[in-house]
Amino acid sequence: MSFTSVVFYVLSAILIFSSFKVITAKNPVHAALYLVLAFVTSAGHWMLLESEFLAITLVLVYVGAVMVLFLFVLMMLDINIEKMREGFWRHFPLAGVIAAVMMGEMSLVLMRPEARLAEYTPRAALPADFSNIRELGLLLYTRYLYPFELASMVLLVAIVAAIALTMRKRKDTKFVNPGDQVAVRRNDRVRIVKMEAEKPAAAGDDAAAADQQQA
Amino acid sequence: MNWSDLNLMLALPEVVLLLAILAILLIDLFIPEDRKSVTYGLTLLTLVGLTAVQIVGFPAAPATTFSTMYISDPLASVVKIAMYAATFCVLVYGRQYNAARGMERGDYYTLTLFALLGMNVMVSASSFLTLYMGLELLSLALYALIAIQRDSMPGVEASMKYFVLGALASGLLLYGISMVYGATGTLDIATVARAIHAGNTNALLLTFGLVFLVAGLCFKLGAVPFHMWVPDVYHGSPTSVTMMIGAAPKLAAFVFILRILVQGLDALAVHWQGMLVLVSILSMLIGNVTAIAQTNIKRMLAYSTISHMGFLLLGVLAATPEGYSAALYYAVVYVFTSLVGFGILLVLSRKGFDCEKLSDLAGLNQRNSWYALLMLLAMFSMAGIPPMAGFYAKFAVISAVAHIGMVPLAVFAVLMSLIGAFYYLRVVKVIYFDAAEDNNEITVAGDIKLLLSLNAVALLVFGIVPDRLIEVCFAAVKQSLVLM
Repeated sequence: MSFTSVVFYVLSAILIFSSFKVITAKNPVHAALYLVLAFVTSAGHWMLLESEFLAITLVLVYVGAVMVLFLFVLMMLDINIEKMREGFWRHFPLAGVIAAVMMGEMSLVLMRPEARLAEYTPRAALPADFSNIRELGLLLYTRYLYPFELASMVLLVAIVAAIALTMRKRKDTKFVNPGDQVAVRRNDRVRIVKMEAEKPAAAGDDAAAADQQQA
Repeated sequence: MNWSDLNLMLALPEVVLLLAILAILLIDLFIPEDRKSVTYGLTLLTLVGLTAVQIVGFPAAPATTFSTMYISDPLASVVKIAMYAATFCVLVYGRQYNAARGMERGDYYTLTLFALLGMNVMVSASSFLTLYMGLELLSLALYALIAIQRDSMPGVEASMKYFVLGALASGLLLYGISMVYGATGTLDIATVARAIHAGNTNALLLTFGLVFLVAGLCFKLGAVPFHMWVPDVYHGSPTSVTMMIGAAPKLAAFVFILRILVQGLDALAVHWQGMLVLVSILSMLIGNVTAIAQTNIKRMLAYSTISHMGFLLLGVLAATPEGYSAALYYAVVYVFTSLVGFGILLVLSRKGFDCEKLSDLAGLNQRNSWYALLMLLAMFSMAGIPPMAGFYAKFAVISAVAHIGMVPLAVFAVLMSLIGAFYYLRVVKVIYFDAAEDNNEITVAGDIKLLLSLNAVALLVFGIVPDRLIEVCFAAVKQSLVLM
C-alpha cells in the first residue's frame, strides 16, 4: 500500500466519523465544529488529487467564511437542538439498519471482480509547474461557460428567496416618513364630533347609584 | 473552444427569459405594494413573448451550442411552449387567490419565472451537468414559493419536507451521475450513449449508477416508492403554488427522464425497463387505492398525481418512439387537466376560506352550474372517460405497452383506471347530487372565467380530435430522439 493510499484511508475515516458526528452531536456548536473538520478533511482529498486551488478555496470559503458566520449565529442564539429533533433517537435504530443494509449491498456490488475497479489506475503525477488556477479559469469561461452562468442564477435565486422569506416590515418600529408628516391635513388629525348637550340625570338614577356605593 | 461555436440564437428563449427576469426584478422595486398588477402584467407579457420567440425559432433538427451543453430540438420546443402556456394559466388562475392572502408580491412572480428558467434549462440540457443545474434552479425556486406565506405553519412545514427530501433525491442523482461518469469518462449525454454503444465501458458500474439515477428520477417525479413527499407538499402549500408544482415541473421532469434514460442510456433499456415496470405498477396501485380514502381534495389530487405518473411511465417503459410520444401526449393532457381541477378550487376559495375538503364542493351545481360543468369535464378527463382528452392519453400509453407484448401490464393499467374512476366520479356526485352547505356567492374576475373555460373546453376538443396534438408529439419525439 503506497503512502498516498494510507493518507487517503486515514482522511476518509476521519471524514466519515466527523460527518456522522455532525448529525448525532447533541450540542449544535460541536456539530458545527465537526462540520469544519469534515470540510478540512475533504480539502485533504482535493490535495491528494493535486487540485491545490480547490482545496484552498474549500478551506478559505467554507471554513474561513461560511462556518465562522454560522458559529457566530449558533452562539448568539440559544437553540435547544435536542428539543427540535424529538424522535430522532427513536427512529435512529430503523434508519441505521436501513443505512447499514444499503451500505452492505453497495459494497457487495462494487467489490465484485466485474466492477473492474483495478482498471482505474492513478494517473501520472502532474509536472511541478502545472497551474491549477490557469486550467480552471480556461475551462470555466470557455467550455463550462453555460453551467457557470447557471450557477450564478442559482445564487441569485438564493438571494431572492432569502429576502422573500425573511424581509418583513416591522410593526413596532417608530420610524416616521417625513414626507407623510409634511403632507398631513387638518382632517387627518382632528375630527369634530357633534354631540347632544348632556341632560341632568333623573332622580331615580341617583338613588340607584347611591345604593351601589353602599354595597 | 471557438467563439464561433457559441450560437446564442439557439438559446434565445433562455436569454430573453433571463433578461426579462432581471428587468422585472428591478422594475418591481419601484412599484408600490398595492399596484403589483404591473408586475403581473409584465410577467404575462414575458410569457407571451417567449412563446412567440419559441414558435418563430422552431428548430427543424437538433442543434447544440455552448460546447454541446445546450440542445435545441423539436421536443424541447414543444414542451417549452406547453410549459409557457401552463405557467400563464397558473398565474392567471392564482391571482385573485394570491391577492386575498397577501401573496401577490413581486417575489412570487420573479420566483415563478426563475422556476420556469430552471425548467427550460432542464428541457434543453444535453449534458448531465446542465441537467442538474436546471433541476437545482427549479427546486430552489419551488422551495421558496411553497413557504412564501411565511406565517402559515403548514406551508413552512411542506417547504421543509420538500427541501430535505429534494436534497436527498439530488444526492442520489449525483451519485448515479458520478458512476456513469466513472464508467464512460464523460458527462455529455450523446457521448455517453456513443461510448456505451461502442461497448468498451464498465457494465457493472453503469448498471449500479443506473439504479441511483432511476431512484432519483422517480423521487423528482413523485412515483412510488419515492412518493411520500407528494401528499404532504400538495396539502401544505397554498393552492396556487400546489397548482404550479403539479403543472409545468411535471413536463420538465418527463423530458429530464427522456434525456437521461432514452438519449443517454438507451443501451441499458433492458435494465431500466424492469425497474420502471415495478415503479409504474406500484404507483398506479398505491396512488389509486389511497386516493379513495382521502377527504381532503388536495390530498386526493396528490394521490391521483402519483397514479398518473405511473401511467406516464408506462409510455416511457415501452421504449419505443410510439411509447415516448404517447407519454409526452399524456404529460401535456394531464398538466392541463390538473390546471382545471386546481383552478376550480381557487375559484371557490375566497378571503379567509380555502376550498380544500371534498364537502366544500357539495352542491356546486346549485351554486354555479357553469363551474360545476368545468369540474365535471376535468374529473372525466382525469378518469379517462371517452370524449375527453384523458381517455385518448390513457388509450395511447396502454396500447404502447400492449404493442411490446406486455399484455398483463396493460390489463392491470385498465383495472387501475377503473378503480381511479371511482373517486373522480365521487367528486362529480358530490357536486351534482349533494345539497349545498355553503351558499356564499362565487365572485370571479372575467379573465379567470374565460381562460378556465377555454382550458376545460380544450380538454373536450383534444379528446374528440386528438390527431393534431398527437401528430405534433410524435413528430417532436421522432425528430429529437434519433437513436445513434
